[in-house]
Amino acid sequence: MGDTLKIVVLVKHVPDAQFDRHIGPDRTLERSESILSELDEYALEAALQLSEARGGEKAGNQVIALTMGTPDAANALKKALQIGASSGVHVTDEALAASDAWATSLVLAAALREIGDIDLVLAGMASTDGETSLVPAQLAERLGLPQLTFASSLEIEGRTAVIRRDGGTTSDTVEADLPAVVSVTDQINEPRYPNFKGILAAKKKKIATFSLADLGLDAGQTGSAGALTRVEQAEPRPARTAGTIITDEGDAGMKLVDFLAAQKLV
Amino acid sequence: MTSTLVYLDVIPAEGLGKPQLELLAAGRILGPISAAVVTQPSDAVVRELGEHGVETVYTPGDADLSGYLVAPQAAWLAAVASAAQPGAVVLDNSFEGKEIAGRLGVRLDAGVITDVVALEGDGTAHKTVLAGSYEVSAKVTSPVAVFAVKPGAAEAAPAPVAASPAVKAIEVPEGAFARAARITARTDRPRSGRPELTEAAIVVAGGRGTDGDFGPIEDLADALGAAVGASRAATDAGWISHDFQVGQTGKTVSPQLYISAGISGAIQQKAGMQTAKVIVAVNSDPESPVFEIADFGVVGDLFKVLPQATEEIKRRRA
Ligand SMILES: Cc1cc2nc3c(=O)[nH]c(=O)nc-3n(C[C@H](O)[C@H](O)[C@H](O)COP(=O)(O)OP(=O)(O)OC[C@H]3O[C@@H](n4cnc5c(N)ncnc54)[C@H](O)[C@@H]3O)c2cc1C
Repeated sequence: MGDTLKIVVLVKHVPDAQFDRHIGPDRTLERSESILSELDEYALEAALQLSEARGGEKAGNQVIALTMGTPDAANALKKALQIGASSGVHVTDEALAASDAWATSLVLAAALREIGDIDLVLAGMASTDGETSLVPAQLAERLGLPQLTFASSLEIEGRTAVIRRDGGTTSDTVEADLPAVVSVTDQINEPRYPNFKGILAAKKKKIATFSLADLGLDAGQTGSAGALTRVEQAEPRPARTAGTIITDEGDAGMKLVDFLAAQKLV
Repeated sequence: MTSTLVYLDVIPAEGLGKPQLELLAAGRILGPISAAVVTQPSDAVVRELGEHGVETVYTPGDADLSGYLVAPQAAWLAAVASAAQPGAVVLDNSFEGKEIAGRLGVRLDAGVITDVVALEGDGTAHKTVLAGSYEVSAKVTSPVAVFAVKPGAAEAAPAPVAASPAVKAIEVPEGAFARAARITARTDRPRSGRPELTEAAIVVAGGRGTDGDFGPIEDLADALGAAVGASRAATDAGWISHDFQVGQTGKTVSPQLYISAGISGAIQQKAGMQTAKVIVAVNSDPESPVFEIADFGVVGDLFKVLPQATEEIKRRRA
């Protein structure tokens, strides 16, 4: 058809930001209460909309969810399949633990090459754990693809992707030819929820699992051995506690200024 | 002492801005510095760079990198790095700065640390993670380190010893534009004349409780010389532009004082402001989670409390 799209959406299994999150004594993040990263749902929604506008899976479009992580991370893929992705790819290997962005992008780039013939790689604007926003740019660099990042809108016209990107001082229209790496902000759409039909359908969808060896990588290149950054110390910030709370009796504005003056802030 | 290459984006016509001087100062913490400047600097700017310790200024010659999204900038910076052989590269922590840092990391096999709030001479970088709940120090283990540094990480000040920098053009590598994304249209966003949100010492932020009227927020901000911020509910409603959003998917601020008015204090909002030194909240609902973290909280109507505070500040100043 030429008009169909093969889209890979990067999904990360991250500790739920609604709860307290902890860094363990080994200085890595405790990952027990993890979910599909909220910010990746926007990327998945964008992919599904592009696919559906072209006739969806029936017409030959593919939305493949890709994750790298512990065996548990398959849960993020399952959620993505329930929401509507057509299949999943899970890169999992003990040697992946404590990978930094550099090592993560190395592994994901290898997985994307393995999947092959991709028109679009879609990601969220940041992971909600590491929050570096480095991975999409690093993938583009490794794969020699254009990057269209922090998209608040995305359109594909023929073989050209066009985004709007709102920076600090300007709002830009940016375009590039496919294949391309795109990251999206939470301004781009309203992600859908999985419905009953989707949950049933997901049971029949396939998840392919790759080890590092399957991708032609060895343990020394990833995880804590391959990472090029090292956390030396991690201390919880003392939790903020409530201070003085007053109820306005007509003079709270004055009292507020008294407080600021006492703190030497006015 | 690690020789450090500081990447500077376009330099304003009036000369180096405070954020750029801060980056140079951050670079000097690590050792002697050179600068990679994406546009041809004037003689005055070269002199100013020298006063701030820059020993060599690298430029991309006549090449114009402004119409592309970061790939050519990263390719050029990698070329500069192979000429300058720095032990560290320092960039700003904007979207572009972080992305160039990321791509440079791949090109140089260098570890990248983003969101750096402080650097030490031995290359230890400090940052807060998990929405401001942890403070970590981290190091890069590769021979070259790349740091994306936040505003305020070092104080802008002239170097103890000024340099008179040589200016060297480094060509943008061939093919750098081939797979780059092109910027086809650009609109400038209106400037408010108030301090930049991420650099401001005081931020006054409004949420859904303003019901679309940011007047009391702006008046108090002006009385305090503060920047204006907003919650996502306020930006989603279109009351104020998305640039003013503070939080997980907006800007992260660490001011001396954050005044939150008509904002409930959802976790995603807290993520952007809970490293503020002092937090003041005004909210009509005593159950709002923002009161759990406020140093001073007023249960009340922001339309009464804020104007009264603004008047009182003006009166005391008069
Ligand atoms: C992926 C994702 C990312 C997000 N990112 C962000 C982000 O970056 N920043 C962000 O802010 N939010 C973000 N949110 C949204 C966040 O969860 C909240 O919905 C949002 O912060 C609520 O904004 P609000 O407090 O202004 O509105 P509400 O929660 O509606 O609160 C309004 C408050 O105003 C008070 N009020 C009403 N009238 C008055 C009055 N006259 N005087 C005083 N008080 C009054 C009410 O008591 C209430 O507490 C994100 C959400 C998601 C899912």
